Amino acid sequence: MVYIPHTAEERRQMLDAIGVAEVEDLFADVPEQVRFPSLNLPAPRSEMEIMGELQKLAETNLNANRTPTFLGAGAYRHWVPSVVDYVISRGEFATAYTPYQAEVSQGTLQAIFEYQSLICDLTGMEVANASHYDGATATAEAVIHAYNIFRKKRRKILIAPTVHPHYRAVVRTYTQGMDLEIVGDETLETSISDLVAQVDSETACVIVQNPNFLGQLESLDGLAEAIRERDSRTLLVVAANPISLGLLKPPGHYGADIVVGEGQPLGLGLNFGGPYLGFYTTRMKYVRQMAGRLVGKTTDVDGKDGYVMTLTTREQHIRRDKATSNICSNQGLMALAATVYLSTLGKQGLRQLAELNYHKAHYAAQKINSLPGFAVPSAAPFFNEFVVHCPVPVAKLNQVLLDGGFDNTPILGGYDLSQDYPELTNEMLVAVTEMNTRAEIDLFVNALEDAGARQRAPATIGDQQGGQR
Amino acid sequence: MSEPLIYELSSPGRHGTRLPELDVPESALPEDLLRDNLPLPEVSEIDVVRHFLRLSQLNYAIDKGMYPLGSCTMKYNPKINEETARLPGFVGLHPNRPEATVQGALKLMYELQEALKEIAGFDGVTLQPAAGAQGELTGVLIMRKYQIDRGETQRDTILVPDSAHGTNPASTSMSGLRVVQIPSDERGNVDIEALRSQASDRVVGLMITNPNTLGLFEEQLAEIVEIIHGCGGLVYGDGANMNALIGVMRPGDVGIDVMHFNLHKTFSTPHGGGGPGSGPVGVAAHLIDFLPDPVVVKTESTVEGEPARYAFHHPPKTIGPMGSFWGHFGVLVRAYTYIRMHGAEGLREVAEYAVLNANYLRSLVKDTYHIPYDRICKHEFVAEGRFAGVPDIGALDVAKRLIDYGVHPPTNYFPLIVHDALMIEPTETESKQAIDDYADALLKIAEEAKSDPELLHQAPTTAPVRRLDGVTAARHPVLRYTREE
Repeated sequence: MVYIPHTAEERRQMLDAIGVAEVEDLFADVPEQVRFPSLNLPAPRSEMEIMGELQKLAETNLNANRTPTFLGAGAYRHWVPSVVDYVISRGEFATAYTPYQAEVSQGTLQAIFEYQSLICDLTGMEVANASHYDGATATAEAVIHAYNIFRKKRRKILIAPTVHPHYRAVVRTYTQGMDLEIVGDETLETSISDLVAQVDSETACVIVQNPNFLGQLESLDGLAEAIRERDSRTLLVVAANPISLGLLKPPGHYGADIVVGEGQPLGLGLNFGGPYLGFYTTRMKYVRQMAGRLVGKTTDVDGKDGYVMTLTTREQHIRRDKATSNICSNQGLMALAATVYLSTLGKQGLRQLAELNYHKAHYAAQKINSLPGFAVPSAAPFFNEFVVHCPVPVAKLNQVLLDGGFDNTPILGGYDLSQDYPELTNEMLVAVTEMNTRAEIDLFVNALEDAGARQRAPATIGDQQGGQR
Repeated sequence: MSEPLIYELSSPGRHGTRLPELDVPESALPEDLLRDNLPLPEVSEIDVVRHFLRLSQLNYAIDKGMYPLGSCTMKYNPKINEETARLPGFVGLHPNRPEATVQGALKLMYELQEALKEIAGFDGVTLQPAAGAQGELTGVLIMRKYQIDRGETQRDTILVPDSAHGTNPASTSMSGLRVVQIPSDERGNVDIEALRSQASDRVVGLMITNPNTLGLFEEQLAEIVEIIHGCGGLVYGDGANMNALIGVMRPGDVGIDVMHFNLHKTFSTPHGGGGPGSGPVGVAAHLIDFLPDPVVVKTESTVEGEPARYAFHHPPKTIGPMGSFWGHFGVLVRAYTYIRMHGAEGLREVAEYAVLNANYLRSLVKDTYHIPYDRICKHEFVAEGRFAGVPDIGALDVAKRLIDYGVHPPTNYFPLIVHDALMIEPTETESKQAIDDYADALLKIAEEAKSDPELLHQAPTTAPVRRLDGVTAARHPVLRYTREE
């Protein structure tokens, strides 16, 4: 009864008013043989006890703050300014519902309007919705959006093999009942221009990621034009890392029709994978086929500025089975966090942050490239993540790093690409952000060298072939 | 006065935060890939704090008062949940870490799966779905794949009662299936004859909300399940209204094959102004192999005294993953905290008091507001927001006038099968006093509707803004800030 305020006397009065003798009488319509089962759950805990238990569980995980980490692959460690958590902790934001009653939800509504504006500015696009669940589901919604723009007449979706493997998988999960032809990612050999060569009058959209899953920056200038040369109406969908856009040309400026991405780097904790934020933008001419909530500016009966959810005739609570998507709850509080984050970093801060990431990652890449047996083989420019060819399988190397074989400091090495591309057994995807100090990077480099030397079988010494394809 | 946009507080050259100095040599930037302009605001930290604090004060929230939005289960959100979810050992966990370094997180997920299985009577649970609607999509995709897997490829139809949430038909369409709507009968139940006439070998399954959106328990639930199973279909339970049933009845025990939970409703995690939610899905034994990829499994150690190991498992016939990673872990920690603080008895009390509160409020207003299906309800009830003799007053006017009484309106105009619906769900965390006050407001408004209807038409007058022009907002959409030239 921790959160139930009733006294025994009040309960009695309420039952009398209803006209029943006992609370059980309110459940007479529940089939008797299954009514009031005895649940086998642990005994209730007080605040103090549950905190103790969960603290213990949290500490069972390898300490997150003291362990140098070089993992990225879709989620990134960035500093979250204190002000972000302060704002999203406020009960006025956290314990409000979806702003259906606009007059008493102007705080939430204006914040979403600001979020939409900031995301448009970041991506160079015309309109952003109030968010999707994460980068993967935003990408899946982009496919459905493109399919709907062509009134379900174009069934071919081209997706680059360098789009995040989880995004590609979720696109397939979401569309398994739609009879689409999702192609282009069969092999890593397929380049962006190979993909363009497959565009035809059946193609709804081409999806690329920039930086791509392997960290490389694609040169996307001219891509939209190349697509349109083959078919004038095929759409270009770009998945982007929002921090990279502090530095890099926004996809809206090179002709993207839909820009999506994982918003987690914008002030959200890693949280073992969620809650994150899928940002979603498009051009105004496609807004009526877009999924997700939208907030618009208007005035009240006195002419005062205010905000409302708008263009709701696209949505499930109005259109039911004809809706553009089933999405209802989005990531409201996470979008607020991103709004506070982008406001706090601002024009100069985000650029400076992006540069920090860029320079640190390049410093690390250069150092690792000079180690015997290791190579950073790609000539393509990158942002804060890059592939390292290792002398031994990554899984083995990472275990040595984790065991603290060097200097007794456990290190979380890069992402083992063989999890998604079985042929890439010796390729590690390394992410470096502003959170990695030079001392940490140097420690990582030394540990790699040490582990590489100890683990390398003599036969593979000097073998730097392969690299990434 | 209106709060300016964050852009309008901007001053060129102002900083909001200080970043560490660069401690490595600079590398050449890829000049041809750089952007020339980043048009973000330039504000200080105090600008940010004051701006968002002022915005927060324009919101109504549970922390401020009663928020009886039907079907949304706006119960109190315990503050301890916020603390446990923010433990550094959870917040800092990268989702791609090796399993050996995240045993605590995996254990929590496993224990939560087990608890949800026990609470609702299922054999398997996925925690991955990000919200209730995504849980529905997950469930429908599972049902579809199950039917295909057993060779029933002609099945293309999902039956949905007319009282269902809009997400039910929308999730069905997204799965490439056809929706057939089933009408309600005069007691607010599914019309059994209509259901029977649609039960065929084209049916993938039925989506049923129980208690339904009228707040009523489906009196012929057993028969409904029998009809659907009889034609080879599966029964999907929409768990949005589970707050009426925890500890009262396990949907799995009456033959529901698959159901989503709304952790942000039943299990007290905050709604955040529209998310993040979390919509785990429970399934019966025959559907376990189809769950989204991955689920968490436990392996006991063969060495005595060594702890069990927790790992991700990839179901063999999975529909595929539903998101980038493993679900809304931060929300899962909150829900787990809540379940552990309640135990079995505590959860049953939640349902009992939720139902007590709804029936008490119903008894206070039923002589004034017409309740078309007036019987003992569960966690919510639906009244009509209109009155004889005042044809130009509707649910919207009642709702807006409630704002002037300092409380949040109920859900209005839903479910669609009730005229001028006011769908009211007080939840168990409201006191008798709060409900009495809410009833008083409703009764006064009913009087005002007759004595001074203009009060309702003009409402609200005490909120930060008055009624907003939604028509112009949709006709000439302004969806972002644009700089003045």
